[in-house]
Amino acid sequence: MGRDDEPVDSMDIDGQKQQQLEALTAVQRGSALTISESTMCSGKLFPYGDFFKWLCYGNDGKHPGCDQSYVGRREFSLTLENDIYLCFQSFDNATELESSIKEKCPFKIDIGPVYSVDPSKHHAYAQSGNNVFVPVERELIFDIDISDYDDVRYCCSGADVCLDCWLLMTIAIKILDTSLRDDFGFNHILWVYSGSRGVHCWVCDSRARKLSNEQRAAIADYFRVYKGGENALKKVSLAGPVLHPFLARSYTDVLRSFFNDKLLLNQQLFASEERCQKILDLIPDKNVASELHGKWQGNRRSSLSKEDVNATRWDQLKTTLQSGKHKTQGLRRCVEEIVFSYTYPRLDMEVSKHMNHLLKAPFCIHPKTGRVCGPIDPNNCDDFDPAAVPTLSQEELESAYNAKLQQSKNSLNS
Amino acid sequence: MEIVRSPRQVAAAGAGGLPIYKTAPQLEVRLEEFELFAIDRLRVLKGISDGLSRGKRPEEMEKLASELWKTHMRHQDPAETLNKDIISHFVLRLVYCRTEELRKWFLSMETTLFRYRFRLESLESQRMLMTEFQLPYKALPHSEFEAVKDKLSQVARSIGQSTNVEHVFFKVPFEEVPDLVASRRVFLSKGYAYVAMSQLVSLVVTQFRCNISKALALTNRKWTAIIKEQEKDRLTPPKDAVDISLKDIDQLAKSSFPLCMRHMLDKLRENHHLKHGGRMQFGLFLKGAGLKFEDALAFWRVEFSQKIGPERFDKEYAYTIRHNYGKEGKRTDYTPYSCQKIISATPGVGDHHGCPFRHFGEENLRAALNKMGVGGHALEEIMDKVKNRHYQVLYFIAIGLTKQYDIPELTGLCGIMKYTASLHINL
Repeated sequence: MGRDDEPVDSMDIDGQKQQQLEALTAVQRGSALTISESTMCSGKLFPYGDFFKWLCYGNDGKHPGCDQSYVGRREFSLTLENDIYLCFQSFDNATELESSIKEKCPFKIDIGPVYSVDPSKHHAYAQSGNNVFVPVERELIFDIDISDYDDVRYCCSGADVCLDCWLLMTIAIKILDTSLRDDFGFNHILWVYSGSRGVHCWVCDSRARKLSNEQRAAIADYFRVYKGGENALKKVSLAGPVLHPFLARSYTDVLRSFFNDKLLLNQQLFASEERCQKILDLIPDKNVASELHGKWQGNRRSSLSKEDVNATRWDQLKTTLQSGKHKTQGLRRCVEEIVFSYTYPRLDMEVSKHMNHLLKAPFCIHPKTGRVCGPIDPNNCDDFDPAAVPTLSQEELESAYNAKLQQSKNSLNS
Repeated sequence: MEIVRSPRQVAAAGAGGLPIYKTAPQLEVRLEEFELFAIDRLRVLKGISDGLSRGKRPEEMEKLASELWKTHMRHQDPAETLNKDIISHFVLRLVYCRTEELRKWFLSMETTLFRYRFRLESLESQRMLMTEFQLPYKALPHSEFEAVKDKLSQVARSIGQSTNVEHVFFKVPFEEVPDLVASRRVFLSKGYAYVAMSQLVSLVVTQFRCNISKALALTNRKWTAIIKEQEKDRLTPPKDAVDISLKDIDQLAKSSFPLCMRHMLDKLRENHHLKHGGRMQFGLFLKGAGLKFEDALAFWRVEFSQKIGPERFDKEYAYTIRHNYGKEGKRTDYTPYSCQKIISATPGVGDHHGCPFRHFGEENLRAALNKMGVGGHALEEIMDKVKNRHYQVLYFIAIGLTKQYDIPELTGLCGIMKYTASLHINL
């Protein structure tokens, strides 16, 4: 239960925020042509003004009831060359942020929570030990990384991503966005491409910002289905005679069709002995598993094209499991469990659970890929292509950066 | 907490017969009840703690809690039970507010106890308790219920319950029921969780826990403020005997030293030796009482020389005294040990330090008290208290009580008497 220190109707502030988000997105699209001429360091690209306006949430001194200290209590962290981190930075306005960035030339800017006092002065409060320096507001955030799906994608691994496996991100966006709105009642949700291999979600409603760590953990647990761990063979367990409405809806509306129509073929899930075995390992009844295995061994020599193999085997599996012939415990939900294993969103729980967790700021440029960490419209996320994201060429990035560095060195020496 | 000597009143019952311990009662409390009640409650809490660490299932825990309560807390007269319930809780708050570890344990056990007692209350009683916790949740009107009935039923089945059992649901902001959300045991829609009556326990317990947690922190702050004042001259003689000199020691020992220090002086005189623990505890005490460095050196040399000779004393023991007075090493100005530290000492063979009430056997304690001139009724009462508790006794600072309440039996012991909860001696 959060504090309510906003005497102004928070809906007004959030309403403004919605407009600001839209403004930022417009800036983003409009700047596509100028990106090649700009770098984050020179500040032509980065939308400082609107960015700051977003994070103000209306506390910009322009109307009664606003909190003048609010923005200055937000933590930023700048990552400089040679892995130097500058944490607990704070700025009172967009100009300060801009000049700090131009001076320091960070590779990355992270956003932290709004603290009870100015974070740059936190040393003064650390001694008192009375919980004087604590986070008081922070967006509800989610981080989904494609490399967490390495065990279920065969097209890429690690930091690589292609349109085939990007589908997993699309699925995650659809499921989470729907649930955040329909189940939790949130409205101000920003989805951002992380710049290389994932997506971030920023839930900016006033109600979301005031959630405690415990409440954030509860939401993250609500979303959690995949319980990973190197030693568990089966990481999705859907107990109970029926699924919770949230899981049922996710399955019916998103997961099933994505699995059947796209991933099955894209990933060639049944195309090899090894891949088949991986799926068979998820079946709790070893007899059923070996029965299917036997069937597929036999079919290997048939003249069916590769495409058919996947669909055929999946159909066979479904039929066998759902026939009701086998009464083994746990078989009932097995088809769904397989689908969930291969498609359901895998969140980084730690990111969401703690108010003080830093997350990369939207609209930055990813230091390794040069891609802009821009917004993704959840209503059109099927069309998002990470490869088509505006980017600086490596050359442009380097030369602009070196020029800036030289400039700084010159000013230091003079 | 105010313990006021007024005619005994029956404690105001919580609406449903389950107290929620919002305010300390205005009741007369006899010292024995003070401890007895608290110890009985401690037995219940300890039993629950054991049950939890053995991994008992909720149904087993419910049974266990009920049995423990019946065994230790139930009285024939329900009004008496309620009194005991309330008094014991507030006394234990005093004991358990002292450190983070203690607070955590107490909070955890009290919350668990409350949870299972709540579950056993009647529906009506539960509803009244909800109101007491200011959980302003109204039951879902029929029309709304009809609209979401299917989803509610689906949730129930998904968690292995039979459907159509629950008809009373409450619409609650999801923030208020994090554990139900986390385990997907509720239907969520537009930021609201649809909580079944049976799940209400979660809500109420969360609120209970929150209240007690705040109360504990507050109690600790108050306690620290009061005791800090009184602990100041705990183990040092009153201010008018400041800067004691050598010749004063024996005299003062009889009149003003606490039992532990007096005992060590006796043993020192007897054996012309004290082991390290004793030298530290007693030596620092004397320093705190104002014994000057040169006097201290002389004091210890006089005694030890009679056993090992002055040269050996100077060689092997003088250093420690110099160190205590900040004349060696990192030159820290050491202060006398607090009662808490003395109680938590672990004296071994040949040691005479520690706290007599904790560390002495019955015979020795009796003898020591006798020697101090405590006899008769007072002595028996003290021995009784110590014996019956088997060290499972309460820690409270009696000097606070003696000063405040003028309890004659206790003032005969130099104003100090302590009881200790051995369960938590290391916390």
